[in-house]
Amino acid sequence: MTLIDTLQLSFKTIMSYRIRSLLIILAMSLGVAAVIVLTALGDGARRYVVNQFSSIGTNLLVVMPGRAETSGSFPGAVLGQTPRDLTLKDAQLIGRIPQVKRYAPLNVGVAELSAATRLREVTVLGSNANLIPIRHMKLSQGSFLTQGSARSAQIVLGAKLAKEFFPNNNAIGQRIRLDGNRFLVSGVLVPQGESMGFNTDEVVIIPIDYAQSLFNTTSLFRILVEAKNRHAIQPAKQAILDTMKESHDGEDDTTVITQDAVLETFDRILHALTLAVAGIAAISLIVAGVLIMNVMLVAVNQRTTEIGLLKAIGANTADIRRLFFVEALWLSLAGAVIGFMLGQFGSLLLRLAYPLLPAWAPAWACLAGIIVALITGILASLLPASRAAHLNPVTALSKK
Amino acid sequence: MICLAGITRIFHMGDQTVHALNDINLTISSGEYVSIMGPSGSGKSTLLNIIGLLDKPDHGNYELDDKIVTDLNETEQAQIRREKIGFVFQTFHLVPRLSAAENIELPLILGGIPPKERRQRVQEALLAFNLEDRAQHRPAELSGGQRQRVAIARATIMQPKAILADEPTGNLDHQIGSEVIHLLEKSHQSGTTLIVVTHDRELGARAHRQITMRDGKIQTDQTNDTD
Repeated sequence: MTLIDTLQLSFKTIMSYRIRSLLIILAMSLGVAAVIVLTALGDGARRYVVNQFSSIGTNLLVVMPGRAETSGSFPGAVLGQTPRDLTLKDAQLIGRIPQVKRYAPLNVGVAELSAATRLREVTVLGSNANLIPIRHMKLSQGSFLTQGSARSAQIVLGAKLAKEFFPNNNAIGQRIRLDGNRFLVSGVLVPQGESMGFNTDEVVIIPIDYAQSLFNTTSLFRILVEAKNRHAIQPAKQAILDTMKESHDGEDDTTVITQDAVLETFDRILHALTLAVAGIAAISLIVAGVLIMNVMLVAVNQRTTEIGLLKAIGANTADIRRLFFVEALWLSLAGAVIGFMLGQFGSLLLRLAYPLLPAWAPAWACLAGIIVALITGILASLLPASRAAHLNPVTALSKK
Repeated sequence: MICLAGITRIFHMGDQTVHALNDINLTISSGEYVSIMGPSGSGKSTLLNIIGLLDKPDHGNYELDDKIVTDLNETEQAQIRREKIGFVFQTFHLVPRLSAAENIELPLILGGIPPKERRQRVQEALLAFNLEDRAQHRPAELSGGQRQRVAIARATIMQPKAILADEPTGNLDHQIGSEVIHLLEKSHQSGTTLIVVTHDRELGARAHRQITMRDGKIQTDQTNDTD
């Protein structure tokens, strides 16, 4: 019996048990589709988070005052000292480190913004001109605090604020008050929406000196640092820690977070989550495999006389085994292909429903779904096929 | 040539052992027309199954065309069934989801014969058995006589050395039954050995050699002198 004849004959069998075949194919394809859609969801979430993180800057390091690691007793505590604040001087020191491309000191506070009759509370960021490139922000009009012009009373408005205060789109050059201090609008940010729980459309940015005097502080909230490249991140982190230790009289009282580390952690967690979800979906594939086994066993029972007849007219055990094996293979193949298409369609629907979520099933998941479907189908057919092949022809033929 | 020596077949039914065949010695030459008769349980079907290599004897030797076939493995026996033996059953045993033509084609498919030759041979068989207009019908759409004609066409399509028919007319009325017998005899006339197991005395009497069995033994074995 040739391979083509085996394929044709078992295909005919499948076509003649239409409802049975459709149900198995449905079960199999739902399993494959579940794997694909769920991994698309998981991987979409992963990519969404990773994108969010990279949108806040590349090769980013964040310097924070205080210490976020437990170690031996802090000697200052005995003397009643608290960790030292970060100052502008510290920021300048960091700027001299060779691995650092640029830095932006950062102060955050809330103040009352007013112009003409309009008034509202806004989040104020105090920084320098480097904030824009480091944080990947963009200006729609005007310019940002010009480099080195830290003393000029300039202000940059978030997109929404600019629209609210100056609906005629003529914000640049206008005067505006921040807690009574006068500022000149020099630029407007491009609307970016929310990123990392922080809406840049509703902030104003002013030079760091003004922010410090506005909030009456000399300390910095953060220093954002951009390393020269990816490989400079770790050396930069060490250099910053060393510099700060030196600057703070030998106290290790600053913390540096690298964006990479955070990103990697989230990436790992969400990847593991995707795998777990895929694993759960794969169970439905196994269930579909069990279904195939059951249906094939029933088929062997139903077709006992037929198997006896095939033996009588000269089929050997290998022929019979192959017929049943190929039949299961057809079913799982059809299930895998239809499931793949269903899964892609489901992912498409997900992307349409949540445009922010890049719900593309990763190639490994599609491949794994299809391969697991085929393997379970094949494994599930082995027992029924061998049972069919070893039927005694005389008893098989005499079965009513 | 079929040559059985000391063939014994024992069935175990619970704690009882039944000698379905008890030390059978039988030689059937090529081209013979043999009927095997006897009451139910006399072992005639078992004998036919052993001749057709569907069943294995517990003791004894079976030589087919001067070759001992009792010890062949399953695949070799399947090949002999495919090439040398054609079966005709009382209940036809057609595959219900295949058309008449496809049922006739089955042995050719199992034999790995190329599709072009298959189509031609099936076409010839359909013509010879007057089934051209029924070729695409499924067994459920055929009458009993037509079904048995399909079954005989299937049994003869590989041009076997022997046709083994187990009660071929058992499910057919008298007239259709004799038509079927004529078809079987026609293939015998072209040189095929024909062995028919039957209850029907009239049918059995048509064979040139008549064997009667009882309790797993051959009781009588007589040859008509007419031919």
